[in-house]
Amino acid sequence: MVHEVKSPIPGTFYRKPSPEEPPFKEVGDAVAKGDTIGLVEVMKTFHEVKADGDGTVTSFEVEDSSPVMAGQVLLVLG
Amino acid sequence: MPIKKLLVANRGEIAVRVIRAARDLGIATVQIHSDADADMLAVRIADEAINIGPPQAAKSYLNVDAILKAAKDTGADAIHPGYGFLSENGTFAKAVEDAGLIFVGPSGETINLMGDKAAARVQAAKAGVPTVPGSDGVVDDMDEAASLAADIGFPVMIKAAAGGGGRGIRIAEDAESFRKFAPQASSEAMAAFGDGGIYIEKVIEQARHIEVQILADGSDAIHCWERECSLQRRRQKVWEEAPSTALDPETREKLCQSAADLARSVGYRGAGTVEYLYDDKSGGFYFIEMNTRIQVEHPVTEMITGLDLVAEMIRIAGGEPLRFVQADIAAKGHSIEVRLNAEDPANNFMPFPGAITGLDVPTGPGVRFDHMLFQGYQVPPFYDSLLGKLIVHGENREAALARLGRALVELRIDGLSTTEALFVALLEADDVQTNTVHTKWLEPWLEANVETIRNRMQMEGDTAA
Repeated sequence: MVHEVKSPIPGTFYRKPSPEEPPFKEVGDAVAKGDTIGLVEVMKTFHEVKADGDGTVTSFEVEDSSPVMAGQVLLVLG
Repeated sequence: MPIKKLLVANRGEIAVRVIRAARDLGIATVQIHSDADADMLAVRIADEAINIGPPQAAKSYLNVDAILKAAKDTGADAIHPGYGFLSENGTFAKAVEDAGLIFVGPSGETINLMGDKAAARVQAAKAGVPTVPGSDGVVDDMDEAASLAADIGFPVMIKAAAGGGGRGIRIAEDAESFRKFAPQASSEAMAAFGDGGIYIEKVIEQARHIEVQILADGSDAIHCWERECSLQRRRQKVWEEAPSTALDPETREKLCQSAADLARSVGYRGAGTVEYLYDDKSGGFYFIEMNTRIQVEHPVTEMITGLDLVAEMIRIAGGEPLRFVQADIAAKGHSIEVRLNAEDPANNFMPFPGAITGLDVPTGPGVRFDHMLFQGYQVPPFYDSLLGKLIVHGENREAALARLGRALVELRIDGLSTTEALFVALLEADDVQTNTVHTKWLEPWLEANVETIRNRMQMEGDTAA
């Protein structure tokens, strides 16, 4: 079953905890509900985005360091 | 050479403020903006606007090449950096001058000197300004640092020389925690600022934050009296006033004069702020840092002195000498500013971007509202949360507090959660009424009063949910 993880808030989406570190998740990784899949920076504060479903990452819909709207799909779990 | 066309390298309420000052001086304005800011108020009121890149600040408001190109393309002869972004970047200031343009601010050299917090401390001491007991500049040897910390007396602060805005600060309560934190602070500073230099300062408990506004033209410097900004959350100011009721006339004179002395000692040019800690118990004041730019809270100084600080810094950048001597700068009455942020004070100050669906701006005697809002404005999520500043002036502090209460009743910002309810609640706090506060006062008060703020917001229908 396909599940989309959406950004709860508008801001800038980051796939990594910090620029030097590897991404939280890659395509093909298993994701469990509650796992952190990225960060959204809103007004200079960072908020973790948690997966609200289980599955395997089939695609990222937003590139690292890109602007996102609230409700925009960040990644798809298959 | 007088400035003819000024490019504003900033956004939000300070861009609006700079455009107003320029227009008052008959100077044309160019407003830069990112993709996310095409409709902001500063773009609407500037003579020209130019897009310089994507929403992310690193690709727009921090993009030196794009800003210099915008200045060239529009024929601007000067750049005002506002606050934040590139305003305290000495490399940027130098690049602006190398491009044959005027930077509205001090030289890149001065910015770098005062921006290095350890070097600034040494410079302050040299100019005869009292500094917080601590190390002479950067400490390298950890054993030496530990014994110095013990001599100063715990608790001590470990600060990054390249830090600022409260970043990179750790507090060691004893020798053991010092030995643990000092190397951590150094490697953290290395990662964050590319400079692992640290220095040590004694913690002054229950200190007030008092700062002095200065104006200087490269040879002479004057002060424009002090501001008190002791109400802070996470080292960010939320409420500022001028003058400070904590100082007696003699201390005020000495403190303010020391700021002008420091500015003169570095050949400072433009507007700047020298920040101090003030200890009520001993009556001592201690230099902490200098900000080489206009500050968010500059309007309270303008309200008591009648000066237009932004216009003065533009005039100085255009080559005019200081238009005043110290004796010209009189202070009248009392002014208070509160910062309206797009944050939810009932929910741990969670940022709250969104659309302004309704707006009532308070006016009347002694009230000023410096802001970036209009009905229908979409507050973007990419930048800091400051929407505007409500500033009041009265014949004394009591009158100013009453005016603040009146202005907050009139103010209405719909569509967002803002910090307005915080100030309504703070006005009722006895310690605020009597100004019996210090820089660590607000956070515990917030913890104890979050329910009051939440109830008030629900009563007023301020929660956007």
